[in-house]
Amino acid sequence: MVSQQIKIAMVAAALVAFAYIVPHSGSFVVLLATRAMAFAILAMSVDLLLGYTGLASMGQAAYFGVGAYLTAILAAKFHFGLGWDFWLVVLLGILIGAALAALFGLFAIRAGGDYFLMITLALGQCAWGLAYRWNSLTGGDNGINLNARPSFGLDLGNQVTFFYLVFAFFAVSMVLMYVLVRSPFGRSLTGIRERELRMQILGYNTWLHKYIAFIIAGGFGGLAGVLWAHTNGHVSPETVVLTTSVDALLMVVLGGAGTLVGATIGTAIVFGLREYLSTLVPWWQYMLGGVYVLTILYLPMGLMGIPSRLRQRIASQGKSEGSKRLATKPS
Amino acid sequence: MTNKLQKILLGSCLALGLAAAAPAGAEELRIGYIASSTGIYAQVGKDMVDGFQMYLDEHGGKLGGADVKFIVEDDQGKPDTSVTKAKKLILQDKVHMIIGGFLAPTGYALAPVSTAEKTLYISSVSSADDLTQRQLVKYPYFMRTSYTSSLPTHPLGQWACEQGYKKIVTIGADYAFGYESVGGFQKAFEDCGGKVIQKIWPPLGTKDFGPYIPTIKGDIDAVFSLMVGPMSLQFPKQLRASGYKKPIIGGGTSYDEFALPFMGDEVIGDVSALHYSAAIDTPANQTFVKAYRAKYGKVPSYYSENNYTTAMWLDAAIKKAGGKYPGPEAFIKIMQSIKLDAPRGPVELDDMRNPIENVYIKKVEKKKMFGYDKDELWNTVIKTYPKVSQFWTYGKEKFLAQPVYDRDFPPCKFCE
Repeated sequence: MVSQQIKIAMVAAALVAFAYIVPHSGSFVVLLATRAMAFAILAMSVDLLLGYTGLASMGQAAYFGVGAYLTAILAAKFHFGLGWDFWLVVLLGILIGAALAALFGLFAIRAGGDYFLMITLALGQCAWGLAYRWNSLTGGDNGINLNARPSFGLDLGNQVTFFYLVFAFFAVSMVLMYVLVRSPFGRSLTGIRERELRMQILGYNTWLHKYIAFIIAGGFGGLAGVLWAHTNGHVSPETVVLTTSVDALLMVVLGGAGTLVGATIGTAIVFGLREYLSTLVPWWQYMLGGVYVLTILYLPMGLMGIPSRLRQRIASQGKSEGSKRLATKPS
Repeated sequence: MTNKLQKILLGSCLALGLAAAAPAGAEELRIGYIASSTGIYAQVGKDMVDGFQMYLDEHGGKLGGADVKFIVEDDQGKPDTSVTKAKKLILQDKVHMIIGGFLAPTGYALAPVSTAEKTLYISSVSSADDLTQRQLVKYPYFMRTSYTSSLPTHPLGQWACEQGYKKIVTIGADYAFGYESVGGFQKAFEDCGGKVIQKIWPPLGTKDFGPYIPTIKGDIDAVFSLMVGPMSLQFPKQLRASGYKKPIIGGGTSYDEFALPFMGDEVIGDVSALHYSAAIDTPANQTFVKAYRAKYGKVPSYYSENNYTTAMWLDAAIKKAGGKYPGPEAFIKIMQSIKLDAPRGPVELDDMRNPIENVYIKKVEKKKMFGYDKDELWNTVIKTYPKVSQFWTYGKEKFLAQPVYDRDFPPCKFCE
């Protein structure tokens, strides 16, 4: 078993290597990496719910969307957030994501399992409907263009500078969420995931715990949205559409729910296939589909389950078949 | 399998490594093309690419003497992805220009990229009105070879009025292209004395018009429809089945050649307007239609014609520039100086970089055309409005003073 410190060191080393290599590999790669990292924040927020609290949210795009629309509307209509006030927009984006989650959470957290999934889906579609139909504010189907990125001493119009900014947000988000899930509060979330009834009997207000987790995830979703709006300079209902939520969910499952690194790896793989491989070959969709199917068939714990699968295989050599089956049973 | 995987891995590693350093030879014209090859608009995307490719194939892969490197990227039907792909084309492939984009939102998303990257973007299908109208100042490297949504519906409004129609109900897809098409029709129709008495907006992609058809007012002379994609097939079928006997007229996409082969005989006699019909009876168009059909097995839609013409336009412009791409500003000037004889008829750019072109009022007929031996549905041209500009007869200043056509503009004065 690798100790926790070594794992952290590995992740940190990977991040440093990533931050060093990407800016040296061509502007398109920088752009893609920037987009993937902004989206990875959203994926990690989904993981907070799915992986740690056991809530499969299908409406995470709503918080992502309000963050993105807030940024775009402020910039396009009020020229706000293009200088130092960018940081204010970041704060507002987090707050609006959290506030919307606080509102939606009142409806959604009451339900569990499939019903939670359906309610979040419906609420997410409400957000999409607003984006699509509230023409005067959102520009409807045409969306909103942001003509420039913020500039405050640092010129974010420079791809590499912007990459480092998003990288910083991404790394800080990851650390914050890591601290969160390792905290007593995070442990109680895991407890709720494993057996909610027992937690209730132990005296935990599980509704409140879930509600708070939901709001925090919404806040991170809003942050991801703010950054996302600036990656391509274009926000449209497509940003809030159901597939954005589903994508985030699939990325988490692909990488391995219940590990923040897994959510990130899942995001990287999906972006790599969908936005990079698609520029090279026409059959990228088969690859993406194949990866999903193989993961679900053979790696129910996602790609992050590979090391433990390997360990089990090594350990089970020489042991009976029965214990092997028991050991690989997915949780 | 492993071999293939290795190749992919090797390929991606190489591409990653070489991404930064790959500018190509000097006399080469690099064209980046955005179209959908996956997602719900994949078929339209294929028509678009086929049109452009056919012109290239006919001319040995050269435009105006320059060797063309034609790179197609899939936007997956999403405006956001189209931006990523356009940036890939500009930053990595160092293309001279971006062409394509289907949806109006795609046009709106790509135009700012052209400004930010100082790269020419030619919208060869996307028809969002405002890009060549009130917003043009923001996009100095943008031009269009297709049409604005309201360009063909202005003459149709005039035509409908001249037929003696007094009261019309409009039913149009609930998004920007729908608003602009319906708006243009309503404006011209009412300025001539007609009355639009009801406007219905089913969502884009509606499959069942059952809830909308009974609400159509009874005492009318015609229905104006603006359908897109599969909606086009469903609406006339259901409206006729409901017992409606009066004329149906429509925007171009309600009856374009993309949908027409899949329609039934119930659409015979329906009238629509567009800047192209595959049934334009000119030698230039006949040659184009026959060559296209022989090559791709279908009658070309306006998506194909627009892109074929775009390639033809580029050919002439590069030739005029001496076989070399002279940079976006100079190139746009050259494009504006060219008067082209395309399959759709004569085209040239106005000073807002949108085509001035013929608009054809077309009636669906079942007949034999161009020597094909089967009876098929064709959009027979019954009237041609020559050299129509995006401002119709209103004049540029007066037209630009009003807001862009929207769900609520022009207001429905005669709605009951």
